[in-house]
Amino acid sequence: MIYLSAAHMAAKLAAGETTSVALTQSHLDRIEAVDADVHAFLFVDSQGALAQAAAVDAKRAAGEKLSPLAGVPLALKDVMVQKGVPTTAGSKILEGWRPPYDSTLVVHLKKNDIVILGKTNMDEFAMGSSTENSAYGPTHNPWDLTRIPGGSGGGSSAALAAFEAPLAIGTDTGGSIRQPAAVTGTVGVKPTYGGVSRFGLIAFSSSLDQAGPCARTVLDAALLHEAIAGYDPKDSTSINAPVPQVVKAAKSGDVKGMKIGVVKELNGEGYQSGVRIRFEESLELLAAAGAEIIEVSAPNFEYALAAYYLIAPSECSSNLARFDAMRYGLRVGDVDGASAESVMNQTREVGFGREVKRRIILGTYALSSGYYDAYYGSAQKVRTLITQDFNKAFEKCDVMVSPTCPTTAFKIGEKSNDPIAMYLNDIATIPVNMAGIGGMSLPSGLAPEDGLPVGFQIMAPAMQDQRMYLVGAALEAALLTKWGAPLLSQAPALAGK
Amino acid sequence: MALTYDDVIAKYEPVLGLEVHVELNTKSKMFCGCTTVFGGEPNTQTCPVCLALPGALPTVNEKAIESTIKIGLALNCSIAPFSRFARKNYFYPDMPKNFQISQYDEPICINGYVDVEIDTDEGPKVFRIEIERVHMEEDTGKSLHVGGATGRIHGAEYSLLDYNRAGIPLVEIVTKIVPGTGKYAPEVAKAYVAELRDILRSLGVSDVKMEQGSLRCDANVSLRLIGAETLGTRSETKNVNSLRSVERAIRGEMIRHAELLNKGERVVQETRHFQEDSGLTRSGRSKEQAEDYRYFPEPDLVPVAPDATWIESLRAGLPERPSIHRKRLQEAWAVPDKEMAAMINADVLNIVEATVNLGADPTKARSWWLGEISRIAHDKDVAITDLTITPSDVAEIVALVNTGELTDKLARQVIAGVIAGEGEPAAVIAARGIKVVNDDGALMAAIEKVCGEQPETAEKIRNGHLPAAGALIGAVMKETQGQADAARVRALLLSHLGQGE
Amino acid sequence: MSSLSRDDVAHLARLARIEMSEAELVSLSSEFTVILDAVARVQEVAGADVEPTSHPLPLRNVFRPDVVLPSLTTEQALSGAPSQEESRFRVPQILGEEA
Repeated sequence: MIYLSAAHMAAKLAAGETTSVALTQSHLDRIEAVDADVHAFLFVDSQGALAQAAAVDAKRAAGEKLSPLAGVPLALKDVMVQKGVPTTAGSKILEGWRPPYDSTLVVHLKKNDIVILGKTNMDEFAMGSSTENSAYGPTHNPWDLTRIPGGSGGGSSAALAAFEAPLAIGTDTGGSIRQPAAVTGTVGVKPTYGGVSRFGLIAFSSSLDQAGPCARTVLDAALLHEAIAGYDPKDSTSINAPVPQVVKAAKSGDVKGMKIGVVKELNGEGYQSGVRIRFEESLELLAAAGAEIIEVSAPNFEYALAAYYLIAPSECSSNLARFDAMRYGLRVGDVDGASAESVMNQTREVGFGREVKRRIILGTYALSSGYYDAYYGSAQKVRTLITQDFNKAFEKCDVMVSPTCPTTAFKIGEKSNDPIAMYLNDIATIPVNMAGIGGMSLPSGLAPEDGLPVGFQIMAPAMQDQRMYLVGAALEAALLTKWGAPLLSQAPALAGK
Repeated sequence: MALTYDDVIAKYEPVLGLEVHVELNTKSKMFCGCTTVFGGEPNTQTCPVCLALPGALPTVNEKAIESTIKIGLALNCSIAPFSRFARKNYFYPDMPKNFQISQYDEPICINGYVDVEIDTDEGPKVFRIEIERVHMEEDTGKSLHVGGATGRIHGAEYSLLDYNRAGIPLVEIVTKIVPGTGKYAPEVAKAYVAELRDILRSLGVSDVKMEQGSLRCDANVSLRLIGAETLGTRSETKNVNSLRSVERAIRGEMIRHAELLNKGERVVQETRHFQEDSGLTRSGRSKEQAEDYRYFPEPDLVPVAPDATWIESLRAGLPERPSIHRKRLQEAWAVPDKEMAAMINADVLNIVEATVNLGADPTKARSWWLGEISRIAHDKDVAITDLTITPSDVAEIVALVNTGELTDKLARQVIAGVIAGEGEPAAVIAARGIKVVNDDGALMAAIEKVCGEQPETAEKIRNGHLPAAGALIGAVMKETQGQADAARVRALLLSHLGQGE
Repeated sequence: MSSLSRDDVAHLARLARIEMSEAELVSLSSEFTVILDAVARVQEVAGADVEPTSHPLPLRNVFRPDVVLPSLTTEQALSGAPSQEESRFRVPQILGEEA
């Protein structure tokens, strides 16, 4: 049962062929069996999940009208605040913190009776592309346990690929939903900025962060997308407009006459050969499905990475200032006679990992007087240029596409001492965040040279998220026909317990 | 040997800069829905937003924006068509986010002015105080320092934090530098803060209670030699909490600076704290090493871009400027300058006006508030507005005196009753059984009784020695427990003793 | 310009309230030389004629009405406090300015 899609599970629940308690229990069993190897979860809320499942079953038995995903389990990235459940954002500084409130996203999940299995591992405060920066140890890629599952949301993507959950929540600041999806052979969607409320999402970079759905199929992602999206008066940057009809699009998958723009700058040099092979193949399949493939250019994308590594650290240096040992979280060095300042300094030294400190210092520098214009100010201008590139390209095409990342999953430890090499992972995903538009990654097959999953990225204009689902569904269907079975069926079986 | 103020102004010209922080009286906080009610139990008025819990986001209180625009308009500012919130980053335990949401290079109101009039040696003179900006920000929490000397931060062993106040909307009003006030600098500053307070009160946007901290003034002072171009080094005196203190703090700083400069020492650019008891300032944090606040646009909030329709509708609703309003009242009520000044100083102008608006005669209303009621407030050592008596109570009492149902003396008893919490005037009159005795029969009985008791005095009056009547009238009043109308008693007495008109 | 000395890093660490060992200061300073070279590329195209984007959405005037909403209970507010006393957050002595 755990190998089914979420939509299929929902159908079985609706038909009375299984119960949410049974479904939830089988996922808890799976977690119990394989998570020692995968380490996707930081906290498994067995009790809470089963209680929620029992409540859904009771509602269903009472004949209540339920939402489409009612009773289906989900894994929640630990950056999302859930009342009473340990929430750490992968950091020591929040170890043991139990929030007194629910994020808006969790409110939506609960309203939709989606069962929350627990909190998934992530790079500390979502800073990273490998989940190696988690204070609680790395997550392993179910395709090859010696490799990274992507990051920052590696726990969520690994949980999906390891069949520990059929649905997951991710957050994407520079690719943290899409890159993990790409390297684990799963689907991840970063909605238009403002499409899903950020209230209760522990902020990394406020103007870039966006929560979104992670799943194993495009339709599952769409169902989850509609469950969590919508205007939230608690988030001033939330869009007050109807949610794009992504489920309808995912069910249709009709791309006839659509213009698909291949980004010239996000292909070629620096991209692994197997990544390019799978990308070309996907383009052919989309053309065969009736789409028109054209080339578009985005000359300023090459500056996106540099701008990102100024904007995100700047915002995070301010966002993370609240972790100061005064009101919650870790407190270090509170001995007789110690000052508040020295306790703050020591707590932040011990509580933050190396990458977080690196970015806080970088951001502090980029915002400091005398350097603001050269760094933060210039980065914001690059942001304008990137948005203009997108706008021009979208005059010629309906969606833009590229490989999600330049390579397949690398080995754990391989890049952890080379921040620049690590940052390059996000080269194709970052422009989307800079412009605040939508982006999706879905599996496009395995790279012939290493047999690891490759991701295909679809980018759509702001508030046109349904276009990604149209194209994603078309490609997914074509690939499924070609493969005969979902890509994940080719993943090695996990030994487990 | 200490310098005198006259020595200072003979040699130096003071340059002022005033920053006034005003707590707005919105119902909820600037960026969250927590109540702003003053004096709640510690940490009962907090939420994820104002405690800066991970994940929480701010949302802007519309009323606060509206109030700020109104303030800007009342201070003759331009309202920026586009303004933005910015984060001011610095660590301090009373500030939960470790940044303050404020405004930096794009404030909502800019370039205004306030005219204040003060008495100079050459007669009344108007000084124009130019306003650089009016911007929005949020207040901090409150810390209680435990151990060490009484509540002081220095020597405290630890601190206890209450975040009820964190996030209350603040408006900061910053003047441009104010040169050219010469020896009147302290008075001009005081008059400016007073005018600002009156304007804010007339707008109804703040409680403007300096003693409760809802209006706080930071005074920047520097001196330069008379005729010099370059500005001297300034000190910033924080949180000056009364109008009188504004004047004293500036005067004190001028003398302190001059003493340093005369000795050839330099003034340190620093924050100083005003000591209410001594009238002196004490050194706080040195600002020589400028803070690096790393301002940047607040990414969790979107720009404020008020459209012209909104601004104009707010402008149309502005009340009359207090200075103009005062002039108009003075004319309408025909009050001499001195009396007007007395009302302003005693802070009773608004309540007198309210009383007059309820039908009371301006002179009577004024004399009750400024006289009897002010006296009681003074005795009780409370602000007149904190007494339970209202303009409508006073208007009612004035009316009762007019119709002869109360005498002035009885009216005082009613006022005492109202202030003692015995209810409205009617209730006090009923409960205390206060009434004017205007039954001539009862009065005649008392007169006859008194004349019988004091035959010699009565005889004097009969013989035309009218001044003696006072003693008998007093006795009659006593006999009737003060409830008689003294004029009527006099008429009846004189007529009884053959001295009628 | 694209480099940070050990002392620069120490100053930034102080601003950011992070204690750092000597070794950390030195290694960060050398890392920053590389990182700053990479990020300084933004200056190549950031001309004076380009408007900065601080926000991806062109939203304006998002306000909430001035309505009081329920607060947390004191217990909830203090639930994560490392130390508390008399319904307040207890923190080590605050050095610096008197509020």
